[in-house]
Amino acid sequence: MRLPCPCCGDRDIREFTYRGAALARPGEGAGIDRWDDYLHLRDNPAGAVRDLWYHGGGCGAWLVVERDTVTHAVDGARLAAEGL
Amino acid sequence: MARLIAKTPAEGLLPVEVAGVRLSEVDPGGLTSVAALGGADIGAALKAATGASLPGPGATTTGRGGARVVWFGVRHVLVMGPPVAALDGAAVTDQSDAWCTLRLDGAGARDVLARLTPLDLRPSSFAEGATARTLLGHMQASITRVEDDAYLILVFRSMAKTAVHEITEAMESRAARLRLT
Amino acid sequence: MRVEGYGLVDRARPVRFSFDGQGHEGFAGDTLASALLAGGMRLMGRSFKYHRPRGVFTCGSEEPSALMTVGDTPNVRATVQEVFAGLEARSQNAWPSLKWDALEVNDLLSPFLGAGFYYKTFMGPHRLWERLFEPVIRRAAGLGALSGARDAARYEKAFAHCDLLVIGAGPAGLMAALVAARSGAEVILADEGARMGGRMLLEDEEVGGLPGTLWADEVLAELAALPNVRLMPRTTVTGAYDHGTYGALERVALHLPDGDAPRECFWRIVARRAVLAAGAIERPIAHPGNDRPGVMLAGAVRGYLHRYGVAAGKRVVVFANNDDAHRTVQDLHAAGVRVAAVVDSRPEVPRDAPWPVHAGAVVAATRGRLGLEAVQVRGAGREIWIEADCLAVSGGWNPALHLTSHMGARPVWNEAIAAFVPLPGAVPGLEAAGAAAGVMDTAGCLADGLRAGKAALKALGRRTKAVSLPEAVAEVGGIDAFWQVQAKGRAWLDLQNDVTTKDVALAAQENFRSVEHMKRYTTQGMATDQGKTSNVTALAVLADATGRSIPATGTTTFRPPYTPVSIAAMGAGALGDGFAPQRFTTSDSAARQRGAPMIEAGLWYRPSYFPAPGEATWREASDREVGMVRQAVGVTDVSTLGKIDVQGRDAGRFLDFVYTGRMSTLKPGRVRYGLMLREDGHVMDDGTAARLNDGHYLITTTTAAAGQVMQHLDFVAQVLRPDLDVSLMSVTEQWAQFAVAGPRALELVNAVTDAEITDAEWPFMSCGAVPVAGVAGRLFRISFSGERGYEIAVPARYGESLWRLLVAQAEMLGGGPYGMEALNVLRIEKGFLTHAELHGRTTAFDLGMQGMLKSEGDFIGKAGAARPGLLADDREQLVGLRPVGAVKQLLAGAHLFEAGAEAVRENSQGYVTSAGYSPTLQSYLGLAFLKGGRARLGETVRMVDHLRSVQTLCEVVAPQVFDAGGGRMRG
Repeated sequence: MRLPCPCCGDRDIREFTYRGAALARPGEGAGIDRWDDYLHLRDNPAGAVRDLWYHGGGCGAWLVVERDTVTHAVDGARLAAEGL
Repeated sequence: MARLIAKTPAEGLLPVEVAGVRLSEVDPGGLTSVAALGGADIGAALKAATGASLPGPGATTTGRGGARVVWFGVRHVLVMGPPVAALDGAAVTDQSDAWCTLRLDGAGARDVLARLTPLDLRPSSFAEGATARTLLGHMQASITRVEDDAYLILVFRSMAKTAVHEITEAMESRAARLRLT
Repeated sequence: MRVEGYGLVDRARPVRFSFDGQGHEGFAGDTLASALLAGGMRLMGRSFKYHRPRGVFTCGSEEPSALMTVGDTPNVRATVQEVFAGLEARSQNAWPSLKWDALEVNDLLSPFLGAGFYYKTFMGPHRLWERLFEPVIRRAAGLGALSGARDAARYEKAFAHCDLLVIGAGPAGLMAALVAARSGAEVILADEGARMGGRMLLEDEEVGGLPGTLWADEVLAELAALPNVRLMPRTTVTGAYDHGTYGALERVALHLPDGDAPRECFWRIVARRAVLAAGAIERPIAHPGNDRPGVMLAGAVRGYLHRYGVAAGKRVVVFANNDDAHRTVQDLHAAGVRVAAVVDSRPEVPRDAPWPVHAGAVVAATRGRLGLEAVQVRGAGREIWIEADCLAVSGGWNPALHLTSHMGARPVWNEAIAAFVPLPGAVPGLEAAGAAAGVMDTAGCLADGLRAGKAALKALGRRTKAVSLPEAVAEVGGIDAFWQVQAKGRAWLDLQNDVTTKDVALAAQENFRSVEHMKRYTTQGMATDQGKTSNVTALAVLADATGRSIPATGTTTFRPPYTPVSIAAMGAGALGDGFAPQRFTTSDSAARQRGAPMIEAGLWYRPSYFPAPGEATWREASDREVGMVRQAVGVTDVSTLGKIDVQGRDAGRFLDFVYTGRMSTLKPGRVRYGLMLREDGHVMDDGTAARLNDGHYLITTTTAAAGQVMQHLDFVAQVLRPDLDVSLMSVTEQWAQFAVAGPRALELVNAVTDAEITDAEWPFMSCGAVPVAGVAGRLFRISFSGERGYEIAVPARYGESLWRLLVAQAEMLGGGPYGMEALNVLRIEKGFLTHAELHGRTTAFDLGMQGMLKSEGDFIGKAGAARPGLLADDREQLVGLRPVGAVKQLLAGAHLFEAGAEAVRENSQGYVTSAGYSPTLQSYLGLAFLKGGRARLGETVRMVDHLRSVQTLCEVVAPQVFDAGGGRMRG
């Protein structure tokens, strides 16, 4: 598997660490349900997903990767710093 | 008063030469991390401080006094050469002792590296002057192609021994293959 | 038997080798199989289950039967292994000898040992399965055995990148590689053979007016001369993975005696495009007695003749359902090998040949205990026995499409060639060409390879240079699907796992009608050859048995690897020290010189203790070191702790967000202890934050969590708070840092610093720059021992030198170095935490540190930690323990129970996380988590360690046992 790092180009999967779904963190004062959702509840779609990967074996960037769990196609990756 | 004695990261381990490929430790003069703060454009300040322009992702530039500026990560470059004390708009960190700087050269250096890094080292993808943050075995590394058959490899100081061992092992393996034909 | 004038072996270079201790001779270029066949050997092994005599069946990597142990490597395919001088091969799964195998008795018992027999036979009692049945079955059935010795040979891993990967160097692969190479693309051409050319090497055909092998050699010579081409012979592409990644196994030096060259190399090849030109694999017809040594595939018999100059028999019978097999007949005849009969299941076959032709006939039985002696031909209402020592069988050809299935796609049935062909687009970027795509004539393969090469160039955005198509045989032979002969006796499908047509029928009868169920019930295709020659025939038999068509029956999915890959190759370099990088501190060699045993702490190596003369045990050394720190001064290397520079205008705000406490109010020159939580409210790590100046903090992490914390902080800075102006930089490796602890610590510090350090300027929890023996260093007044403590940092190049200086000076003050054992006891006495306590399931509340959670402002884990379940009074809370029973020992990992309660899981009240002997207090001390522990101080509980059979009563105390007020470290 390879991921297209926006800084480094196509790189081998071993340079990356997977985190999970790219979700916005609840703001201060959000209710417990909202936090429960953020911390624990995940969809498991057969199809398009957006998740976070860390290029720790490369440039150190956190990336939002769009990919497909059925076809394994990776549609793109961009810097998470630019927004989820 | 006692004076402290300096030791290099790979002291006593190098140089090694196997079948025309050499691995040696080099003294980069100094290693300074320069990271732009708050989206600042530090190009001009870097130029003033080092004589080198700011390299983009995967690139290196050169400046005064043998300075080589190596792209080192997101918004982050490493100045190899004369130390940089401070730079407007940037977080500056002395890393002169943090990395072990190795030079691998000779025809076949690429074949040796291909046993250790998943990086695409073909000249068409990794030209002279190109640099990459990548893995060397399981170690985080910075690899720069400084000449046609010469690479600078940076690994953490504490891993110098492992890096030398693994690269030497790959050199031996390549040499043993050459003896087959 | 060798045939003069045939073969590509070098008859001027004989090679001596041995099989089962007997000397044999082959030629350079032979495989083990071809050399043994040339010597008239047909018996080469015993089958897995019934120990039936087996010979060689194929001439390629698909071989199911001729498996041998070569040197120390079991299950080597004799059809792949090249001979070399001194090679020692042994047969497998036979005792006492290949010819007289005692377990041949299994074959007599076969009526009771059919598919699924052990599911039915060994129903119980349950215990007997593990203790008796399974070990016995395992011993009786099996392949070669491992030597048990450590594999000392060298193996290798490597990476390669290219524009186009061509898999297979037969006519299609060569054309694809040629057009791509001439057009300037970077090409890797990989072929599993020692010599490239694929089927060209096994046939007598002309291509472009030249003998096929010469044509192939010319193309290969052109490719070898091009700088943009890498030829990889002896390399099997074993798997197709996501995004153009392919696994490949190169047999680097397996064709030579062991030397220092790697035996094998496992390649990860990244290719923008790939062409699968792996050819096709012939399949047999299932007929009774089709497993005797001497029964071979027709294409293999022809292949041995042309490639190795070997006639597989003296009297050959050919049995087929297709025209291609008739080429074997013609070629054998031309070579002077007697063709005793041709048996074709099709009624319409030309009969005007110089050999007997039986049209519309089948082979219904065979004879011969250790090798074929005769075949029974049945047709036109009569049965005759024909003497033969070789039966060449062909049921047609299956495209070698395996790699196209590696990402889950199933192939599609093609009625015209009665075989499965690849599903187009099954693996993105990979296209099959030639026989692998179902094109069965040489001219068609050449054209299809050229087409695939051009298509790849187009996808790569490259212009195609003209390549002309050479002339070649354009005749596609006919075939009438025919799978099994209905006759009495066992007809074999999977020769390696001993699966018969009856087993498949039995599976269907017992309602294992799905091909996936049939496979698992019968073990069809589950041996090391993965059923390459037998799977399609087996599912045709299943289709018959269930009354469905073949496409409706479907196939199983082929998964990687295509051929077996040794773990040694995949894990090359990872044995012993190569398993993970080793990290050494700057004081490492000095510590080892003093005889300190080093222990692993993550990737780091740290000294366990520093033995002194006369000390017999580690405890003596540790006790002395603890006393030294409590009474004089000790030095230890703390460089392994993570150190992160945090800079920028918002550095303080950033730290406020990641720590539970407030760091933005910290004054320059001061240090504060901090707790980091995960977002779910559990503690991630603890450490200190030192403010070096206004916009510059230096934070520390534990050794264990350094990498995790750096990743976490990068996450917060980049993903959660990109609004903050902050820069993070690990400086762990830049600084060598040593803790100096004890009542005389200040004296020691002053012995190495160039400026005088005073309590007035350097109170507890202060920090700043100091010159250390002429070097710009840093000083932190912090303590992890409970004593007056400092940490001195210098650039790492000076680390070893400073360490030696500190130790020498410490010894003059009655102190010295201390190791991890003493460090652990010192902190247990103080109730300080490590990852034994911060193990990921504890909260600040559990640790009694809820007061460190600031109420104003958001921070990571704030909401999570406030959840009611994490604040319940009956949660396990951190306490200290002291033994009060007869046994005075505490053990980490032991569980706690109420004094009178039975020591069973349901009654567990908590567990011990850390324990050690405190020479200071002359008692074992422990840290533990105990339900509602803070309210139970003074209570007596029972500690039980079931693993080490130790139990004792202990008193629950506060975690800080020694100097609870902290007067010693504040000084």
